[in-house]
Amino acid sequence: MFGILRAYVLIALWQARPGLAGYDVTDAVTYCFVTQAFIGPMMLFGGGLPLPERIRSGDIALDLVRPASLQLWTLAEDLGRAAYLFLVRGIPPLLLGAVLFGVTAPTSPTRWAGVLAGLLIGVLISFGWRYLVALSVCWLADDRGVAVLSLVLTTFFSGMMLPLHLFPGLLGELVRALPWASMVQAPADLYLGKAPVGQTLALQAFWAATLFALGLLATRLVRHKVVIQGG
Amino acid sequence: MIELLQAGRSFKVKRTVVHAVRDLSFSVPAGEFVGYLGPNGAGKSTTIKMLCGILTPTSGSVRVAGLDPSRRRTTLARRIGVVFGQRTTLWWDLPLQDSFELIRHLYKVDRGTFRARLTELTETLDLGAFLRTPVRQLSLGQRMRGDLAAALLHAPDILVLDEPTIGLDVVSKASIRAFLQRQNAERGTTVLLTTHDLGDIERLCRRIMLIDHGRLTFDGTLAELMATAPEQTTIEDVVTRLYTGGQ
Amino acid sequence: MVRTYFLLAWTWTRAAAAYRASFILMLVFGLATGAMDVAAILVVFANTDALAGFTREEVLFLYGTASLAFTVCDTFVSNLDRISQHIKAGTLDTFLIRPVPAWIQIAADRFVPTRIGRVVQAVAVLAYAVAALGLDWRRAWMIPVMIVTGIVIFAALWTLAGALQFALTDAPEVANSFTYGTYQLNQYPLSIYARDLVRGITYALPLAFVNWQPGLYVLGRDDPFGTPGFMRFLGPAAALVLALAAAAAWRQGIRHYRSTGS
Repeated sequence: MFGILRAYVLIALWQARPGLAGYDVTDAVTYCFVTQAFIGPMMLFGGGLPLPERIRSGDIALDLVRPASLQLWTLAEDLGRAAYLFLVRGIPPLLLGAVLFGVTAPTSPTRWAGVLAGLLIGVLISFGWRYLVALSVCWLADDRGVAVLSLVLTTFFSGMMLPLHLFPGLLGELVRALPWASMVQAPADLYLGKAPVGQTLALQAFWAATLFALGLLATRLVRHKVVIQGG
Repeated sequence: MIELLQAGRSFKVKRTVVHAVRDLSFSVPAGEFVGYLGPNGAGKSTTIKMLCGILTPTSGSVRVAGLDPSRRRTTLARRIGVVFGQRTTLWWDLPLQDSFELIRHLYKVDRGTFRARLTELTETLDLGAFLRTPVRQLSLGQRMRGDLAAALLHAPDILVLDEPTIGLDVVSKASIRAFLQRQNAERGTTVLLTTHDLGDIERLCRRIMLIDHGRLTFDGTLAELMATAPEQTTIEDVVTRLYTGGQ
Repeated sequence: MVRTYFLLAWTWTRAAAAYRASFILMLVFGLATGAMDVAAILVVFANTDALAGFTREEVLFLYGTASLAFTVCDTFVSNLDRISQHIKAGTLDTFLIRPVPAWIQIAADRFVPTRIGRVVQAVAVLAYAVAALGLDWRRAWMIPVMIVTGIVIFAALWTLAGALQFALTDAPEVANSFTYGTYQLNQYPLSIYARDLVRGITYALPLAFVNWQPGLYVLGRDDPFGTPGFMRFLGPAAALVLALAAAAAWRQGIRHYRSTGS
């Protein structure tokens, strides 16, 4: 239960610096377990898509010839999986954290709405990113580099390991503007009530849309490469 | 060489006890070439595993080369060579000759002896063309020949083969049979061969044992086997009779 | 036995070296997780000068020693936790017909030489921490002792994880929490954890001796939980006990396999 270990580190940090980054200790602990809950639905350690396998085996050609959009029905599958994992692997850590440490929860229904919206868009962003990474297999002989890069971005720079507010100065500001922060840090902050709802959702939506558009472009390129050129 | 005395092996499956092998007793002297027959699930693989030390008997005793396989596994391993037909004993991702080198080290064969043995085996089994190929890229026939060579590199006294010709084409089968015959005749290697291929039995085995439902139902020569059902003319029919008769 | 291990490992290394570009890439990629862990410590200390009473260099020292022990074991014996794959594929039988103990064969199987990069990374962090701390040189003898103790403990944990997979063939991840969990635990000073947890990993499962107890000695500090001074030196004893338990569990696992033939 790595969430528990992270919680202790954050507790120690907040005991040394109370009120750090506008959080209190309970906020920090809650953060740990909320982000732990995100791991499943957002597949923060990578994977969750059948695409890389299908690309390697060549079955992707069959998918691309179909009239339905590859991106959309892959997304549909992913959302189904995310919902399932959220219930099965997401809720238990939250409950565990609540029992062991005591966590906070949003109080007003509008905040809850904001949280759920943020979570949903976060899943969309994670899909958008993973989709691009998966399609990159078409062009790269060795996909391990991208896999490692993606791992670092979705775990370290998303805020899953440590809240991004801890990142000092300019680095912190830069990192919080990136899509991966919108994936994890944003919905977590919405849950804790530490971020303005409108602004956060807007930034998230921007990244979701951007990644989706890039995905569309990538799909078109792949279709060209595989179906027309036979690559 | 091989001595089983009332060996038994049972498994607990869900809540029932299944006797894979029951009251099995036989003795194989050195240099013999024995065929081990039986319908599927009769207990052939279980017997082989007990001989190698992979499985310990639940009753009775097993002695191979005078050693108890369940207690002296590593000592026995030096004197026994095993070929599993269904899977390889070679290292899947490595070139064939790397597997052989590893075997040389694991079995502590000295370099000179090893080189001579490898040359001989490469020639008789025609391995030269694919010594550098990774095992996973070999065809079934090539892999089987590689497995045979691997089992014999350390010049074991006993060779145990579990369905070595399964899935092979006619030519490959013939060459492997010829090879096994030579090993037995020229080097006196004791061979225990389990197989579903009656052609193997006919061409190679001086002695045949038949196991069914864990018990030994026949132990004798090919002539004696045919005599059990004189009205049948082919070995297939005789064996079918024995399998179905043993209900 | 050691010779056999290195022979097997060397064969895998030769096979891997055939793909040179990939070799270097793998070396670099292997460093990513370690780099993230160190970066996390640096980020934490960008916000405070002390964590549970320990400075950044002290934490890096504790991290470095745990990391060195862990990465050495990760390189040489971590494949033990893949034993459930061998059981399922039937390849464990292939190991059992060889005149070599199964443990060595399984540990050496698929040896990945590029993991050495992680060891080098750990050494670098440890070297920096030791240099920056200005330690009492009369206590420095404990450093190699605690590294060796840590290696024995992690090797024992990996063996236990493997042994557990004989029983839990379908849930190998459970076993992995022993090894990776212990590593995560020991990256930070144990004073950040609850007293009961620390007591558990001192007396029940001696994980506190990987780097915490001996580390306190090297750093010249008292234990915030108040354990007596002699405990700093119990590392080797704890490691030995754990190793014996692991060996027994392993033997039992093999015995179980050979009597049920799963």
